[in-house]
Amino acid sequence: MSSQWPLWEIFIRGQHGLNHRHVGSLHAPDAEMAIRNARDVYTRRNEGVSIWVVPSNAITASSPSEKGPLFEPSNAKVYRHPTFFDIPEEVGHM
Amino acid sequence: MYAQLVKSEGAKPREEMTPEEIAFQERIDRGEKIEPKEWMPEGYRKTLIRQIGQHAHSEIVGQLPEGNWITRAPTLERKAILLAKVQDEAGHGLYLYSAAETLGVSRDELLEKLHSGNMKYSSIFNYPTLNWADIGAVGWLVDGAAIMNQVPLQRTSYGPYSRAMIRICKEESFHQRQGYDIMMKMAAGTPEQKAMAQDALNRFWYPALMMFGPSDKDSVHSAQSMAWKIKINTNDELRQKFVDQTVPQAKYLGLSIPDESLAWNEEKGGWDFSEPDWSEFFAVIAGNGPCNEERLGARVKAWEDGAWFRDGLMAHAEKAEARRRAARVAAE
Ligand SMILES: [Fe+2]
Ligand SMILES: [Fe+2]
Ligand SMILES: [Fe+2]
Repeated sequence: MSSQWPLWEIFIRGQHGLNHRHVGSLHAPDAEMAIRNARDVYTRRNEGVSIWVVPSNAITASSPSEKGPLFEPSNAKVYRHPTFFDIPEEVGHM
Repeated sequence: MYAQLVKSEGAKPREEMTPEEIAFQERIDRGEKIEPKEWMPEGYRKTLIRQIGQHAHSEIVGQLPEGNWITRAPTLERKAILLAKVQDEAGHGLYLYSAAETLGVSRDELLEKLHSGNMKYSSIFNYPTLNWADIGAVGWLVDGAAIMNQVPLQRTSYGPYSRAMIRICKEESFHQRQGYDIMMKMAAGTPEQKAMAQDALNRFWYPALMMFGPSDKDSVHSAQSMAWKIKINTNDELRQKFVDQTVPQAKYLGLSIPDESLAWNEEKGGWDFSEPDWSEFFAVIAGNGPCNEERLGARVKAWEDGAWFRDGLMAHAEKAEARRRAARVAAE
């Protein structure tokens, strides 16, 4: 009998100039219907100016168990932050 | 409340926990969110599926008693408002089903369990909405009780559940206000209208109190769920807050809460009130409420009557995809 509609991840651009942001997911038979359904549930109160839909199974995610090795390298690189440098007050805003 | 009797699994004293389970509990204690693909105890996963599933079912079954009145709303404006409210509830169901699906259960499986009676929904939706005043009482009391429960759940430990709750809470205050607005109109109307409002309050008061689930002393599953932060407050705490919030609102309407024992308790800074009839609650949960059969029947019928439509759209999508693929091959 019925097979379940595929799952789509929904991304909404909230305002002009902002990134699309993941807001949730829904089932729909195809991309076009996914956009219509996303319009109906995720933009009911002026939440968006643009919608992206992506098949859930097309997303590759980093593995939670490799969080350490994946993100650690940048932790040691404190000089990447502007606050690492002491700039004398006389120099003014920088 | 929307999940009133959720059996939690795998409660364990700390000395029996594995190192993995201890590390997991410590993450929760630190206030970290647990995300879908991360390690979690089987009991946590199962309890969450049950709770989020029950919550989702409540949202969509909850559409039925109100949907009932869309065509009979007294004005076009009221009709548009009620329609928007009932549509919101469909969205709430969707957010919650999606959150449950991240735990490895399929949407179809959840619906099958609802339709076969293996999963529950809130007892409140097994009471009838007899007239327009009931729609006011539902928004005011039922959505009001839902908000009480859902606001703290925004801080729940499971990321997708917490995010669903945040979205839902944004919409709920519209629901409660539209209900109270109906009550204000009725209570300030003709004596007959005011009597209808009072009658609706009389009928919905105790069922609304039941929404928070059994009294803490009879609620055996709370401790583990609270340790996991999938339950934030006890049933009695929330019920007390709800009563304290609602009493002055009823007073403003000039309506009386149908409880002769209702009395201000200076010491606790809250109202003393009568417990609902818990035997009625357990009977309704077991399937013997006034509308259980009708509600489940309507759900199953909608699902079965919609099968051709779901299949048709899927067949269309597959054909269109095949056509696109053929065109690509031809172009190469
Ligand atoms: Fe809702
Ligand atoms: Fe609701
Ligand atoms: Fe609601």
